[in-house]
Amino acid sequence: MIDGFIALYIFMLAGFVGHEIIGRVPAILHTPLMSGSNFIHGIVLVGAMVALGRADSTLELTIGFIGVFLGAGNAVGGYVVTERMLEMFKSSKEKKS
Amino acid sequence: MSEFITARTLIEASYFLAAILFIYGLKRMSSPVTARGGIVWAGAGMVVATVVTFLYPGMTNYVLMMVAIATGGGLAWISGKRVAMTDMPQMIALYNGMGGGAAAAIAAVELFRGADHGLTFTILAVLGGFIGAVSFSGSFIAFTKLQGFKSTTIRFKGQNLVNLALLLAIGVVGVILVTQHGGNNVITLFFVLALLLGISMTVQIGGADMPVVISLYNALTGLAVAFEGFVLQNAAMIIAGTVVGAAGSLLTQLMAKAMNRSLANVLFSSFGDTAVEGSEVSGSMKPIDAADVGVMMAFANKVLIVPGYGMAVAQAQHKVWELSKLLIDRGVDVKFAIHPVAGRMPGHMNVLLAEAGVPYDVIYDQDEINAEFATADVALVIGANDVVNPVARTDPSSPIYGMPILNADYAKNVVVIKRGQGAGFSGIENALFFLDQTRMLYGDGQEMASELIQAVKAL
Repeated sequence: MIDGFIALYIFMLAGFVGHEIIGRVPAILHTPLMSGSNFIHGIVLVGAMVALGRADSTLELTIGFIGVFLGAGNAVGGYVVTERMLEMFKSSKEKKS
Repeated sequence: MSEFITARTLIEASYFLAAILFIYGLKRMSSPVTARGGIVWAGAGMVVATVVTFLYPGMTNYVLMMVAIATGGGLAWISGKRVAMTDMPQMIALYNGMGGGAAAAIAAVELFRGADHGLTFTILAVLGGFIGAVSFSGSFIAFTKLQGFKSTTIRFKGQNLVNLALLLAIGVVGVILVTQHGGNNVITLFFVLALLLGISMTVQIGGADMPVVISLYNALTGLAVAFEGFVLQNAAMIIAGTVVGAAGSLLTQLMAKAMNRSLANVLFSSFGDTAVEGSEVSGSMKPIDAADVGVMMAFANKVLIVPGYGMAVAQAQHKVWELSKLLIDRGVDVKFAIHPVAGRMPGHMNVLLAEAGVPYDVIYDQDEINAEFATADVALVIGANDVVNPVARTDPSSPIYGMPILNADYAKNVVVIKRGQGAGFSGIENALFFLDQTRMLYGDGQEMASELIQAVKAL
């Protein structure tokens, strides 16, 4: 059970990690990085799957289905566009070789 | 029973691995040299976490789940592969909104199910659902704005009051929801109000501020995901969501700072309304033809290129790079000067230039390059406008006053490639175009770049 202060500690530490990672990032990577972090919260797919897996009534099933649909879109779309952007970053040295 | 425990352990171990992969991937993405690998690591984490979730104890509806993943993932895959690099910001907004919607859906299912999570977790579920729903509808509006479906921005007097009233109403309904486990109608009302708030908050924000807003919604979605993670007791969601929430908040601040706007300013002020009344600019715009510009650049020592969104729209970046290579071969020192918000969001222009094959070591940030304009023979401005407008330095009455700009006006010669005589994205007249050393090369970015290539080759 992730509860009470344990939950708070996880929240606090993960918050610092996120802050620290972005802290010294060159501006050229802002867009790809935003896209990358957009992909990472695609993990919501996992939660949506669990919610749908436990749903019973038609209403719950419908919303659960929409949730998984949206979550999958977030994860897959986020990955595809981030990958496409980062693929293009090359220095002039790499190019010549 | 033992089978149950093994599945549980496997799931937890996999989520732990996924969390490590996410953080490691994000870390790698923060340097241009390793960025490419970063997304692959994070992607591996996502696959591990998703696959193992099918083993979750007590789940049903697998067929429905597969169909939803296949359709949602498939559509996103196709659209993500097809979208042009210039349209990247709105796609990010769209995918981000989907994530927010998913978080809201989790909250809705849990609330409708009436599962007893205890007071703390019910509050978190409601909060996460609220944030997710706002992010969902808000991101969608941002998407339509950037996509150009809806270029008009809706503003009316007292709009902030309406939003405040909405927020209060949501607060009241939320409290009822938490304390009395309200019926289905209360739950529905809560989400409808939250969706409305997202729309009404976003419609009043001008297109120029959209990048900051998208980044903010990105951070909010992360937070919503983390909250729902607590509700579902899912460590991977908690950690990934919180990391994104924190990273996204910082990124939003960095972007707002680059545009010299405070976040409150972006969200609550009506930018652009005063632009029309901006001060008069005297003088005239002086046209020039491509052959003369070609000569000017070919015999220059240093040429600084200032690309803007207009260049990307004209798909001129390949031609511009071809032109740069010709000049570099002739011994000209060519550098690209990038304003922090060139393109549609910070770093967007770098992506567009990278797509054209421009190596990132000839691309310079504003801070690195600004001192060099004074020694440049030619500043070639292509499709950029507000980011080189000197009134940001000189005219306190201008809406963009105080925004850091590229000092193109300090160059010995300024050449501006521009389609017509209209004002920029913000609707403000550009004083740079009227300076004595400025010449206007009217025409489509790509055609003009081709003509310049011909002009340089002909020498």
